[in-house]
Formats: sequence, structure tokens, C-alpha cells
Amino acid sequence: RRIMATVSVCKYYPGGFSFDNCKRNALLEADISKLGFSSPAARKTGTTICGVVYKDGVVLGADTRATEGMIVADKNCSKIHYISPNIYCCGAGTAADTEMTTQIISSNLELHSLSTGRLPRVATANRMLKQMLFRYQGYIGAALVLGGVDCNGPHLYSIYPHGSTDKLPYVTMGSGSLAAMAVFEDRYRPNMEEEEAKRLVRDAIAAGIFNDLGSGSNIDLCVITKGKVDYLRPHDVANKKGVRTGSYRYKHGTTGVLTKTVTPLNLEVVEESVQTMDTS
Amino acid sequence: MSFPASVSTLNNYNDLYPDWTQREVSTGTTIMAVEFDGGVVMGADSRTTTGAYIANRVTDKLTPIHERIFCCRSGSAADTQAIADAVTYQLGFHSIELDEAPLVQTAASLFRDMCYRYREELMAGIIVAGWDPRRGGQVYTVPVGGMMTRQPVSVGGSGSSYIYGYVDSNYRPAMSKEECLKFTAEALTLAMERDGSSGGVVRLAVISEQGVERQVILGNQLPKFSTV
Repeated sequence: RRIMATVSVCKYYPGGFSFDNCKRNALLEADISKLGFSSPAARKTGTTICGVVYKDGVVLGADTRATEGMIVADKNCSKIHYISPNIYCCGAGTAADTEMTTQIISSNLELHSLSTGRLPRVATANRMLKQMLFRYQGYIGAALVLGGVDCNGPHLYSIYPHGSTDKLPYVTMGSGSLAAMAVFEDRYRPNMEEEEAKRLVRDAIAAGIFNDLGSGSNIDLCVITKGKVDYLRPHDVANKKGVRTGSYRYKHGTTGVLTKTVTPLNLEVVEESVQTMDTS
Repeated sequence: MSFPASVSTLNNYNDLYPDWTQREVSTGTTIMAVEFDGGVVMGADSRTTTGAYIANRVTDKLTPIHERIFCCRSGSAADTQAIADAVTYQLGFHSIELDEAPLVQTAASLFRDMCYRYREELMAGIIVAGWDPRRGGQVYTVPVGGMMTRQPVSVGGSGSSYIYGYVDSNYRPAMSKEECLKFTAEALTLAMERDGSSGGVVRLAVISEQGVERQVILGNQLPKFSTV
């Protein structure tokens, strides 16, 4: 009896970017601006993310600020995403894009792993991510730092929104990447010990947090070694919320009342309907 | 179907996000390949830029397509990586079907077919070089637009403009392997000195019947020319 080998249950893509929604989007943009509103800005993760390969594995780091325009939308968001038990991925760029992209690849990779009967490899995750991002020609704004340990050792990749990837011993991404890279270029050495690697990543993210407006709050770390993952959230609360030195409540009677006018509104009941609540 | 005039309105940027976080990653680049009797010498710089930021200063732009066929990539990093991956797959499949080492011309044709068919969507300038038993060392160039032609020497990328004079005046037919290596290293160094989008280290590869030998020349070991 022949059984066909299963493949990942991925949707078959007929090829190329689907432009179906472009016309609709253009009309919506035009309609919204005609009414005088501005379409909501996509929440971006601003961000400093980075990764380093050390003696026993990889250390991934990220800040925890998510911005919507100039406002901090989330002071403690999680930017280190799970891909598989041995692979994690930091995401910078549009928050929704990084979240969904990593979830889709995580799902497909689990199916692929069940099909092969093996622990997934970082190179596989890299291929899946780059092929998906290339297919969308950069419109999925996901800039990723992918790291993990597999049967071939520790690996670290940086993945750009247009679908290009680089395999390197240390990488940084996001608006704070220049600050973080400055720290790496100064202090990185091959085959560091775990504590030194964690200190280096912590300091690189801190450089991003304190020198880049798009990054802030805490530092999350993820240490991946063969057989073990330490997800340290938060590893370092770099920005503790201050304690107010006094009470700023005003006492009753602080504002004097000059006049008081009461106007009763005479409303007539037009229609009354009763909707029973189902409490069973 | 008509699209909005400026698609860039879809992404709202503000001062928080500097230009290079938005720009596509480009391989800037200087790439070169030279034929000699018995093989080819290929060379490339190692700089990848996003706008004014160097995203990768140790890039490997000499990508293996098959055992004795490599390609030099210039243009958009995403486009050239995707094309190279696709051609690697197609050539590997073809080689297994044939049960023979593939021809360099076949690899170049595959690149050409893809680069020409999708010429409007792609930005890729590729030099395909390698050795096969039928015609020995060969260099084929597939520039932006999708033309394909065989040349004894070929340069490409943004830095190539600065070294056409040097290459035209210093190339002689029937150079030895060592002369080709020196010629390539010097040409790339000169281009890297003058082109802002090229730099880093010089990566070299020699492909012959014996196989592939790879070298890296670090910044301080590059040939020195007079500094004016």
C-alpha cells in the first residue's frame, strides 16, 4: 500500500504579488482624506534588536517599546518571537507584520519538522522567511534577526523586508541599530563566554534605548544553546517608572462655585422595547 | 487597473526613522571576472548598503551555483539572492537529469531567462563564471535588462565605471592564473578606493578543473597605489 509523503500544509501561491487590494486601498485613502481624517498610522516597533553568536550558542536581545507615530503605544511589548523550540526571531518594523510573519513561519516549520522527523534548522526558517518577504516585494515591513542552535551549531541571520539575508556572527536591526552596532564593533570577540555575551547584548540594546527615540523601556534577552533556551523577559528594567514625590489631588472646595443653573430636559418616550438576557 | 501615483504614501515615515531603515538593501559593488587558460578568476568587494549605512561589511558576493560555476551579484541584494537561489535549484535539477556537470553557458542562460523575463521588476547585474569540461574557463555577463554575452574580462557594479580604463589598458590575452589574480585584486582595489558603495575586503575565487580555491584580501593587505 503506497502512502504519499506529506508536505507542509502551506497554501499554494500562484506566483507574484497579489494586487487585488491596491485599487480598494487607494480609494479608501482618498475617501478618508476627503472627510478630513488621516488614516491610522501602522504601529511600528521603532526598535533596537540584535543578536550575537558566542561559544555555546546565540544571544538575542530586544528593547520593549512600540510606537504609533510619536506616541508610545506599548511600553512593554515582546519583540522576541518563538519560531521553534530551538529557534527564536526578533522583529523590527511594522509590529503586525513581524508578529504575523513569525507566526506563519513558526506554524509551517512545525509541520515541516513533523514531516521530516527532525529538529528544524535555522537555515530552513531563513529560507522560508526570505522567500515569503521577497514574494511581497518589501510591502511586508518586517526586518528580522533570526537566531538558533541546530544540528550544525549556532546560527544567526539578519533578514530585510525586501527578502535579502545576511549570515553573520553579530547583527543589529531597527532604528536603534546604529547605536547597537557601535557597541558590537567595539567589543565583539569570537567565542565569548555566556556572561560576556549577555553583557554585550544588554549594553548594545541599552545604547539603542538611551540614544534612539524609537526604542525604550526594558531589555529582553533570549539565550539559546543546544537543548536549552533562557527567555529572560525582562532581563534588565532599564527605565523604571518614577515615584511621585507628593500627592497632586486638589482638596474639595479648591475651586469656588460662582453660579449654579439647573435645566430639566423634558423628553417623551417614543419607543420602548424589552430584550431578555439569556442567563441560562 | 490604475494605481495611486505615489505608492510611497502607503508608508507614513516620520523623523523617528532615518532614511536607511526604509531603503532597500543594495549591493552597491564592484565585481569582476577574468578567463585564463584552464579556468576563471572571479573577484568582488564586500560592502552591502542601505542608503548611507553599511548593512554588511563582509558580504560574500561570489555565490556558488554549482560545483564549478559561481556568480558575482550586483544590484538589489534581495533580487540577486532570490534569482541565485532559483537558478541554483534549476541547474541542480538539470544536472541530475543530465547525469553530467552542467555547462557554464547553461547557467548563464538560466540567469538570462529570469533577468529578461522579469526585467521590469528586477534590479540585478550578474556575472556568471566557471569551468566545464567542454569549453574550459568561461565568463558570461548578464547586466541589468537581461542581455547575455561571453567576454574574456567582465566588470560590473557601481564601482566598475572607475576601472574600465584600467581594465582595458592592463588586460592581455593568455595571462597566467597568478597574473589574473593580481590583475583582479588591483582593479577591485582601485574601484573600492573611489566608489563609496564599494569597500571592505576583496574576495577572490579561482575555478578550474581541480575545483575552487577561495581567498580573502583584508583591508591592510590590499595593493597600495600612490595616494594623492
